[in-house]
Amino acid sequence: MGRYILLRHREIPELHRLDVYLRHGGYEAWRKALTSMTPDQVIEEVKASGLRGRGGAGFPTGVKWSFVPKNVFPKYVVVNADESEPGTFKDREIMEGNPHQLIEGALLAAYAIQAERVYVYIRGEYRSVARRLEAAIAEAYAAGLIGRNVLGTNYSVEMFVHLGAGAYICGEETALLESLEGKIGHPRVRPPFPATFGLYGQPTVVNNVETLANVPPIILNGASWYRTMGTEKSPGPKIFCLSGRVRRPGNYEAELGKITFRDLIFGEEYGQGLLGEERTVKAILPAGASAPMLPASALDTPLDYESVQAAGSMLGSASIIVLDDTVDIVWAAYKMVRFFQHESCGKCTPCREGTYWLRRVYERLVAGRGRPKDPELLESIARQMAGKTLCPLGDFATSPVLSSLKHFRKEYEAYIPQPLEAPVAAPAGTVETVPGR
Amino acid sequence: MLREKYAHEVEAILAKYPVKRSAILPLLYLVQQEYGYCAEEGIREVAEITGVSPTEVREVVGFYSLFYDHPIGRHRIQICDDLPCALRGADELVAHAVRRLGVQPGETTPDGRFTLETVMCIGACHRAPAMQVDLEFVENVTPEVFDRIVGDLSRDGM
Repeated sequence: MGRYILLRHREIPELHRLDVYLRHGGYEAWRKALTSMTPDQVIEEVKASGLRGRGGAGFPTGVKWSFVPKNVFPKYVVVNADESEPGTFKDREIMEGNPHQLIEGALLAAYAIQAERVYVYIRGEYRSVARRLEAAIAEAYAAGLIGRNVLGTNYSVEMFVHLGAGAYICGEETALLESLEGKIGHPRVRPPFPATFGLYGQPTVVNNVETLANVPPIILNGASWYRTMGTEKSPGPKIFCLSGRVRRPGNYEAELGKITFRDLIFGEEYGQGLLGEERTVKAILPAGASAPMLPASALDTPLDYESVQAAGSMLGSASIIVLDDTVDIVWAAYKMVRFFQHESCGKCTPCREGTYWLRRVYERLVAGRGRPKDPELLESIARQMAGKTLCPLGDFATSPVLSSLKHFRKEYEAYIPQPLEAPVAAPAGTVETVPGR
Repeated sequence: MLREKYAHEVEAILAKYPVKRSAILPLLYLVQQEYGYCAEEGIREVAEITGVSPTEVREVVGFYSLFYDHPIGRHRIQICDDLPCALRGADELVAHAVRRLGVQPGETTPDGRFTLETVMCIGACHRAPAMQVDLEFVENVTPEVFDRIVGDLSRDGM
């Protein structure tokens, strides 16, 4: 087996073509499941593998599948390819380079819950990526791997690509379902969860692209093989998206928990250090704009869900943005707050209004018109948002604010003009006295 | 208009979904292809095809950033100035684009050729700064690359 489980196209040229994928073991897991496994056995294998959702939440995939009721039809699988978190570009590479592994994983998910249709919801900006995926799906149809009575069995399944139109919120699974139904992307009240009330009110599994790309090797090689990689609680491989002030940004596949932030940023086979020998790491964003930033003291944290959480943040989608000592933290926080204000869908008042006011305060800070109480004001606004919204966007928006204030409060002070100082007393003997006074 | 000129496409779109309303987003992309933006005539037709009110279609147009309710330039230049790109020179690229095109982000050049926009993360942070020109990726953009693309598109005769 090669070095890669997910980014196999880096070792196998032209892997996006069906004939090449088939020559390298492609769709063998699909064949195995259809001809020798019951749907429940597929679910049990994925459960046993310990695979956790790679979109950000880290929820166990097999458990998610097991929540789907057996006796309600039709059912759907929806692939979440609305990759929009700042600093995240892994699903794009899978779909461009190794699309059949995603398709095969989505088919296995469909068989496991006995869904009749799969929709791949791709962000509108990935139109060129969607075309590539559509070409791969067409190839799989033509080869009888998707469609009626797949591979001569009595199972039939359809697969369609659906383009979003520019809205970060649609990466949230219930907003995504609303969008797929032709509505604006407003998150739904939960419960009910998509497993019982999803697309068109039917049982639905929504899984991230990278999550599904893990499924074919699990089914083919077994859960115990999968568990030889990663850690006990975070098994398997993961793609780490590295961006920011590093020499070699990019996607890097590694076992969960086996490398640290320092390895990823400075390692010869990874980021190869910062832009400039003399530079140092100031802060790390482990999951794009959404998770709390960490100071350089967290550099030796292993990259798995538990360790990053213990360090005070979240691994999330593992989109690691590196800020070096040249980066102004207040400016960086402003950029992220601006993102969330732009992307708030407007449904929940604390998020809609809160992101707006956060942005207003940051705008005056970076314009040099900050007020002495602005740090406290920002914290107060953030407190009125966190935990008070239907979806996590409201919480995410407070992350850059609260974490930057926690670790880099001094940088805010530089943006607050000091009150005019009292006139300095002139040295004795130089004061002009006004005659007659 | 859509149903005559794009009969095949409309039929293929509707066949993908058990509920017609799901066709709104793909149909609006067709409308933009035909009119250059989500023109009122197209919105009304999408409403008729999908069986919802024109107001509901307008709501969708207003919500998503890739739909436009007003005419835009023939070419859309969308520069990402989100944090990962800004850490690698995106703000300077935007300033260059503003100078080169003579318009501010959100504006269209007087000849109607280019609309310049700044956008949030487009998933190209490892090749930053990045932009999309008519939704195609252009990555590791230098001022020279930008000028060459604008130059090429200025000579396309359209």
